[in-house]
Amino acid sequence: MPESSTQPAIQLKGISKIFNAGTDKEVRALEAIDLDIQPGQFISLIGPSGCGKSTLLRVIGDLIESTAGETKVFGKPAHQARLDRDYGMAFQKAGLFGWRTVAANIELPLELMGWDKTARKAKSAEMLDLVKLSDFGKHRPWQLSGGMQQRVAIARALSFSPQLLLMDEPFGALDEMTREHMQLELLRIHRETGTTVVFVTHSIPEAAFLSDRVVVLSPRPGRVHSVIEVDYGPGDRSDETRQMPEFFKKTTEVREALRAVEVAAGETL
Amino acid sequence: MKRFLSIVGALIGVAAMWEGYKWFGQTTDGVWPGTSRELPVATDDLTMPHVGEIVGSLFEPVQRGRSETLAVFLLKSAWFTFREAAMGFVIGTLFGLGLAVIMLRTRVAERGLLPWINISQTIPLIALAPIIVTWGRSTFLSDTQAVALIAAYLTFFPVAVNGLKGLQSPNPADVELMQSYAAPWSQTLWKVRLPASRPYLFPAFRVAATASVVGAIVGEISSGVRGGLGRVILEFASRYSTGPERLYASVLAAALLGLVVFGLVAIAETVLLKRSGEEARA
Repeated sequence: MPESSTQPAIQLKGISKIFNAGTDKEVRALEAIDLDIQPGQFISLIGPSGCGKSTLLRVIGDLIESTAGETKVFGKPAHQARLDRDYGMAFQKAGLFGWRTVAANIELPLELMGWDKTARKAKSAEMLDLVKLSDFGKHRPWQLSGGMQQRVAIARALSFSPQLLLMDEPFGALDEMTREHMQLELLRIHRETGTTVVFVTHSIPEAAFLSDRVVVLSPRPGRVHSVIEVDYGPGDRSDETRQMPEFFKKTTEVREALRAVEVAAGETL
Repeated sequence: MKRFLSIVGALIGVAAMWEGYKWFGQTTDGVWPGTSRELPVATDDLTMPHVGEIVGSLFEPVQRGRSETLAVFLLKSAWFTFREAAMGFVIGTLFGLGLAVIMLRTRVAERGLLPWINISQTIPLIALAPIIVTWGRSTFLSDTQAVALIAAYLTFFPVAVNGLKGLQSPNPADVELMQSYAAPWSQTLWKVRLPASRPYLFPAFRVAATASVVGAIVGEISSGVRGGLGRVILEFASRYSTGPERLYASVLAAALLGLVVFGLVAIAETVLLKRSGEEARA
């Protein structure tokens, strides 16, 4: 079990984030977040919009600095982890560059890390294989469908084998069928690579289907309301999992937590 | 090819209008039919020489006693001006891009520089040109280099303004992505911001290219530099009464030079886009 490993992948202690502190536009985005994430786990951050889940993801990725608290990634300060390129990132918009081929997009981080051309080529071919787009390496991103583009973005995020994958509503713009298909693909990749995943979403079934743990955040300021453990027993999750009573139980549990959060938020507003 | 044909078509159209108006004026004795009001432009051969004469003058000796035809002479002058314009284009483009990068790098620079860049273009070039030439003479610049600087003065502007817009065009997520790779600022500039700014830069280059020709000719005229189209236009204008068709021919040459320069940039653009495989979308 991951719990027995020596060190959490991510340790958050007392994380707070205040935007525009001291002005009348002050926003308390996050408050006193404590969270440990074990290596190899799949964690979802879910909550009403404005609960700071994307902000929390960016704090973990050192793309913004927390106002207070300590973020450790693999035992290092988040800043060091970013410099060490410990994580890959994928956003809601695939964010591929139209002036690069699909393969060259995947190779971008490798270029920045100084890989030579042969190694880059081999790696992008391997990644294209992983996301089942082997025939599309020479295509331009804009020739691909939204779901395919998102797969390329995931391949790019994983190309340099980071131990951590940070995803900000990566399937948010996809239609339901593509979305469910992508969820299966992501779980397969997660299994095959053993990467720790932190996944921001606002979809209850998505969180319940993908995660080992669902972290429910409450809004203004963002706090950890509850953490829901998800276990569907041995064997890989598949489309059948979505029909299991246990899956419905978990979605209900997440939904109720979110309702409680919104009621509480409504009272304070 | 289609574009080329349309240019030729337009030239023929202008020539036909020119001749049509001239014919109309000469049949009515230079007044509106049935009135005594004069036409806006006189149609006599001194004011409006025949198109045939203008074209014909190209193949006559440029001066009595010289074997060189006007066409060859204008070509040589155009080549001279082209080199000044090209130098100005390169200097102006590099300077403009440099300014854009500096303004991108610091907000303060953007706020401090942008108004001055705009103001710079309100100074009449005619006033500025002699100053640049005089300064050039007192330093190490030759007169043709000074003219190139004058051309650069016109070219840097569209490149700086559009370049800044283009460099700022990537969306925040793209910049965040580079940040997540711990990419240094220069890599983000090189691999994201510059390629993203091409749709902004290419139109600026086209404007800058034609502006560089205008700048070079105005520069020659106001500095008196010999050898280029500016000087030729000046001289034929002063000898207008003895050969108006020559002035028209030299103005035509200047216009054609502008077109050629515009075309060169358009070709460069196509080649670059093709190389990056984006022509299918463009």
